[in-house]
Amino acid sequence: MKPPPFRYYDPQTADEAVGLLASLENAKLLAGGQSLMPMLNMRFVQPDHVIDLNRVPELAFIREEAGRIRIGAMTRQRDLEFSPLVAERLPLIGAGLHHVGHRQTRNRGTIGGSLCHLDPAAELVTVAMTLDAEIVARGPQGERRLAMAEFPLGFMTPALELDEMLVAIDIPVPPAGHGAGFVEMARRHGDFAIVSAAATIELDGAGRIARAVLVLGGVDVSPLRMGEVEEALAGQAPSAAIFADHCRLCGAVEAMDDALVSGTYRRRIAPVMARRALEQAARHAMAKVAA
Amino acid sequence: MIGAERAMDEAERRLISVTVNEVVHRAEVDVRLTLADFLRHTLQLTGTHVGCEHGVCGACTVLVGGHTARSCLMLAVQAHGHSVVTIEGLSTEGQPLPPLQQALADHHGLQCGFCTPGILTTLTELLRDNPSPSDEDIRVALSGNICRCTGYQGIVAAVRSLLPSAGREVRG
Repeated sequence: MKPPPFRYYDPQTADEAVGLLASLENAKLLAGGQSLMPMLNMRFVQPDHVIDLNRVPELAFIREEAGRIRIGAMTRQRDLEFSPLVAERLPLIGAGLHHVGHRQTRNRGTIGGSLCHLDPAAELVTVAMTLDAEIVARGPQGERRLAMAEFPLGFMTPALELDEMLVAIDIPVPPAGHGAGFVEMARRHGDFAIVSAAATIELDGAGRIARAVLVLGGVDVSPLRMGEVEEALAGQAPSAAIFADHCRLCGAVEAMDDALVSGTYRRRIAPVMARRALEQAARHAMAKVAA
Repeated sequence: MIGAERAMDEAERRLISVTVNEVVHRAEVDVRLTLADFLRHTLQLTGTHVGCEHGVCGACTVLVGGHTARSCLMLAVQAHGHSVVTIEGLSTEGQPLPPLQQALADHHGLQCGFCTPGILTTLTELLRDNPSPSDEDIRVALSGNICRCTGYQGIVAAVRSLLPSAGREVRG
């Protein structure tokens, strides 16, 4: 028996789950289990209570309403990957998911689980930041919304109260002509990124950059939005030289050291990842104009 | 807490009903029992192998509701009411091997065989969803299954031999 002893609950509704979370001490929510289960098997975590969300159907959905796409926290990564609506409206999600684990883990892994686990290099966290997502959290007092930019409080620490649960994320749909790019450097396919970069680009009628968004993942404890690069790119005609020039700033950020990779190396490759993501996004946007 | 007199505490032990390889199994299990250990220890279906036990190696991959999943990363209670297919369900005793397994044997797609049950469930899903995968598709699908002795060349060759395009290959 690998996981430590715990008491197990499988509520049928989100309110029931929130109620359990508010009433139980040292409880953990179990979403797709692709991070919590390894931690339980290795006994890195020893919760007294595990609240399994896998039998709460109301938390798994993808809906478009008034220019926004709302995704339930328990939506499987696989369902996002194969959703025609997500592919059309939010192509960055598919581009990022291609790097998330493996088919076997995406079949179980959920978007809410990944966001709340908040690994510094998790692709979906970087993607949510790039898309200006809003987090919908529910507690005993009801729901509140917060910007994805305010969601990470620090290393693997989401801005949720102990009795709050992420129930959905809400993403504004970017203009149809926008391009998306996601690249990363990892030692093996499916590993967490050493550095990743996500970008979206909107072009104006003259083919210049109306709006660029650039976020680096894996560099610091949470994704870094590169606002300076975004501002510098606005109004420019997209070109490899322009991207390379402005992405130099990505080499001057704070970067983490870990057991395998130094901060110096992360700073070295961050500008390359950033440039490639922007080039990919620009090519994607230009291909849509041509089509 | 007096033996059989005690009512079962559902937060600690559960009665579950899981369909494994088309047979319904009912059992009372500890809630912390993983699906992998339920298959191996409770049902004695030891074809599903357990390597790393934290979701990295892929040896314990089974199909749950038709989708591959790491059985070390699921609790047995989570499989309650679901249908699971393991390596034992992919062939029938006394019958010829199904084409995928025969192809693996023909192309030296296995050596020690430890990773093979997970590779077969992974490839079963791949070929069901994408009947003509490219070499890259095959390799990406296998990226979640670690094989440390055979190497992947023979496994990829085995899959390729089953594709509709295989007959058109020029053989020297």
